[in-house]
Amino acid sequence: MSLWSRISNAFRGDRLNREIDEEMQSHIDEAIASGRDPGEARRAFGSALLVRETSHGIRVAGSLESLLADIRFGWRQLWRNKVTSLAAVLSLALGIGSCVAAFRLIDALLWRPLPISGANRLFALSRKLIGPEGKPIEDRYWSTPDFNVMRTAVKDQADLIAISDADRTDITWSTDDEIEKAHVVYVSGNMFPLFGLEPALGRLLAPADDRGPGLAPYAVLSCDYWNHRFGRDPRVLGRSVHIEDQVFEIIGVGPRDFTGTETGTVTDLFLPLSMNSLSTRNGVSWHHTFLMLKPGVNPTTTLEPLRQHLSAVSHAFETACSTCFRGATQATRDRLLNKTLVLNPAGAGISELQKEYRRYLGVLGLLVVLVLLIACVNVANMMTAQAAARAQEMALRISIGAGRRRLIQLILTQSALLALLASAVGALFAAWSAPFVLGLVNPPDTPARLDLPADGRVLLFGLALILVVVLLLGLLPALRASAVRPVAALKGGEDPHSPRRFMRVAIALQVAFCVLVLFLSSLFVTSFQRLQNRPLGFSTDRLLLLQTVAGKGQLPVVWDQTAEALRAAPGVDSVAIAGWPLLGRIKINTDVSINNGPPSPTPVFFLYISPGWLSTMKIPLIAGRDFRPEDASPGAAIVNETFAKTFFPGEDPVGRTFSRGVHHPINKIVGVTPDVPDHDLREPNRALFYMPFNPVGDNGAPTPAEFGTFVVHTKAGNPLALADSLRQLIAERRNGLRVSNVTTQLDLVRDQTIRERLIATLGGFFAAVALLLAGIGLYAVLNYSVLQRRREIGIRMAIGSSRTSIVRLVTFDSFLMIALGGCAGLVLGFGAARYVTSLFYQVKATDSEMIVLPACAILLTALLATLPAVLRALRTDPTEILRAE
Amino acid sequence: MAKTDALQGSLDLLVLKILSRRPRLHGYAIMAAIADTSGEVLRAEEGSLYPALYRMEEAGWIRAEWIKKDTGRRARVYELTAAGKKQLGAEESRWQAVSVAINRVLREA
Repeated sequence: MSLWSRISNAFRGDRLNREIDEEMQSHIDEAIASGRDPGEARRAFGSALLVRETSHGIRVAGSLESLLADIRFGWRQLWRNKVTSLAAVLSLALGIGSCVAAFRLIDALLWRPLPISGANRLFALSRKLIGPEGKPIEDRYWSTPDFNVMRTAVKDQADLIAISDADRTDITWSTDDEIEKAHVVYVSGNMFPLFGLEPALGRLLAPADDRGPGLAPYAVLSCDYWNHRFGRDPRVLGRSVHIEDQVFEIIGVGPRDFTGTETGTVTDLFLPLSMNSLSTRNGVSWHHTFLMLKPGVNPTTTLEPLRQHLSAVSHAFETACSTCFRGATQATRDRLLNKTLVLNPAGAGISELQKEYRRYLGVLGLLVVLVLLIACVNVANMMTAQAAARAQEMALRISIGAGRRRLIQLILTQSALLALLASAVGALFAAWSAPFVLGLVNPPDTPARLDLPADGRVLLFGLALILVVVLLLGLLPALRASAVRPVAALKGGEDPHSPRRFMRVAIALQVAFCVLVLFLSSLFVTSFQRLQNRPLGFSTDRLLLLQTVAGKGQLPVVWDQTAEALRAAPGVDSVAIAGWPLLGRIKINTDVSINNGPPSPTPVFFLYISPGWLSTMKIPLIAGRDFRPEDASPGAAIVNETFAKTFFPGEDPVGRTFSRGVHHPINKIVGVTPDVPDHDLREPNRALFYMPFNPVGDNGAPTPAEFGTFVVHTKAGNPLALADSLRQLIAERRNGLRVSNVTTQLDLVRDQTIRERLIATLGGFFAAVALLLAGIGLYAVLNYSVLQRRREIGIRMAIGSSRTSIVRLVTFDSFLMIALGGCAGLVLGFGAARYVTSLFYQVKATDSEMIVLPACAILLTALLATLPAVLRALRTDPTEILRAE
Repeated sequence: MAKTDALQGSLDLLVLKILSRRPRLHGYAIMAAIADTSGEVLRAEEGSLYPALYRMEEAGWIRAEWIKKDTGRRARVYELTAAGKKQLGAEESRWQAVSVAINRVLREA
């Protein structure tokens, strides 16, 4: 109660003083009325001021009151310099907001623990081995039989959980025929209980649901999917969903927060592991394996023995497995068997998105921190200038007895005010920008869905950030200001150069950070440009892709008839069929053997295409001919240049033959095409061959195809305008073909550069901000220094200094600092670039243009920023200055 | 001067005691009451009375209220709170203990 009244009194100090005075006065009146001498009665109180001061001190929380006074004073200071304060608040807001936004993204994707019990006891199993191209790779997939063996082997110390990728799958609800897409995950029955999850409705999958192949056709919906697909309808229980030829019954809805273990993808449907036909295959690795330590087990001592045990068990399984490496050569077999099992903490989930973006987010984090530092140095500079202008005031305060602590509080209060104002604006910026950046990441067919809550974690980070900013801003100026020796300062300053010296160091720092941002950004921007401008070798213009499935498969003739029907549709220019689109997510490889020789050392990729596909894609033929309708695969083949050079160096490949592996049917090369990127824009071209989309079996009869892609060249500019009518047209034919996905070739190419586009866009943005901030900082410092030295400049001019020497006087130091800072920034840049070289495309940090670009940008900014100060110096009128003296 | 010294540390006790008998006194009246009842031996100085009053108010032993007097002026009057009554009890027994001890020293030394 007392504390509360003291705090509330602090907010009404003036009124309190009036009350105290009134009480004293009424006391004196009483005294006089009772007959005391007025003068004596007044004297009895002693110093009225002192009594009031003491009384006031008792009734008020003193530190709070002085803080309030400082806040009022600080606010007046800020208000007096509106423009600089606004600039300071905005630049800090940008820095703080960017940092918080980056933190939200990084935390949501990489750090935030899954909403399960025991997230810190969860690890993911993977294997490190040497890949087919001779590089080390990490394999994160396991076969179910291998998983089962391992699970039994360690069941006393830990539980193993199998969880597949959240694959975007075609599903149909029993009531309607419309095909839909949903992210489907197969999980072992122990997942829900081990994660300590409770159903929102019905029941969850249990270990009993995982007892054998095909025995538990049950599905659990994620709460998120239940929400947006069924509007939380409880009657969803018991409904059935068709996936390929299986029917699953909905038995429950998962808990609200849990959306699977794949960060960035929201799972819609959970199915039992044993319901997937792959779960009985020894040689097919298709799901992830998680390890969860039993509660109370110490990870530091148990993890390594567990890892060795698992490794031995898995190795024994694979060695004994007869079907695992069927058809592989001894060398491949040895390579595949020689691997190291690794346990990685997986409490934050595991996903491709994490793997792809970990380093990009690291770079993003570095950029935002640098921008924040630049902003802080900038504002600290501004405050130093103000503090220098207030040196006399500080000296006066000290000489009338203000403590050092009190002065530091005064300046820190002012920086806290700035930081708080900035963080309010920054919070708005962060709230808008984090989802915006996430939006940039999204490929259209598998949008990344990431929970971006503004919860305690974000708040805590924000508060810590504000604290750091306040200290960065205020501490140095505060210590400097409070160290003022009053006598010296009142006499006119002991060292008039000291604030300028500090500000020069600040310039160097700012330029160093700025050059670092510019350097990294220009590397990423150039990388993106080169990647985007990479010659494709095929056209992306007006190409609509209808990715189509056919249940249990349809004969090539059905596919051809459908293509024919599409060709007749209005607005269609030409139609061809491919097994899958170029630069889509699918790639399939095979061994190649020439003249029954040994299989090729590196695998070769292939693609099924129909006659006319090459011309639709505008891929020219270098030699030979296109496929004809009567060509079938195996039989005819078209190869790319790299294939020809690799397997038939110096020869004409047309007419030559090869087979897919030893003792397989022979393919005869009928044509040669130039190289085109088929799977990844960043990778160099590789050997690729095409086969007719007309496969025949061993007996020569046509075999059905389960999926294919209609490549439609449209007459109109926007191919997607035709998507609905063509999809309808295919559905109406009722020949078993159904369109499962629609996209354009242009989008597929664009998707390839999403990461680079993201980091280049943000890098460019931050580079511009950094330049702007550095320019403002430079301008402020020079302007201040010219103002300070007006007298000196005036005298120099009066005694006949030339204009050049005046300009030199004003700018020399700054440009020295810019040069020093620039060099430091470049050195830092080289260091930083080494860690992210793998993110660059055909760009090296040591390329001369990569160094020249940031240097020119910073020089240009410096010139622009110094110009006003130089002009002001040159316009100094000596007579006016000297008259004022 | 001796008067003030005698009051050292016991001003709170006196104020609380006065207020326990005669609630709603203003500062001057409290001062006058101390002088009166002590036969003009003890006098609270204005310079120390008011800080003491404010301290006790913040401690929650007494509460204050502005009232309008017949003269039209406002006066701030004080009265004991429940916590103040308890405090008075504690201060009284402390004073008793101390004075007994001092008396014993005076008698036996």
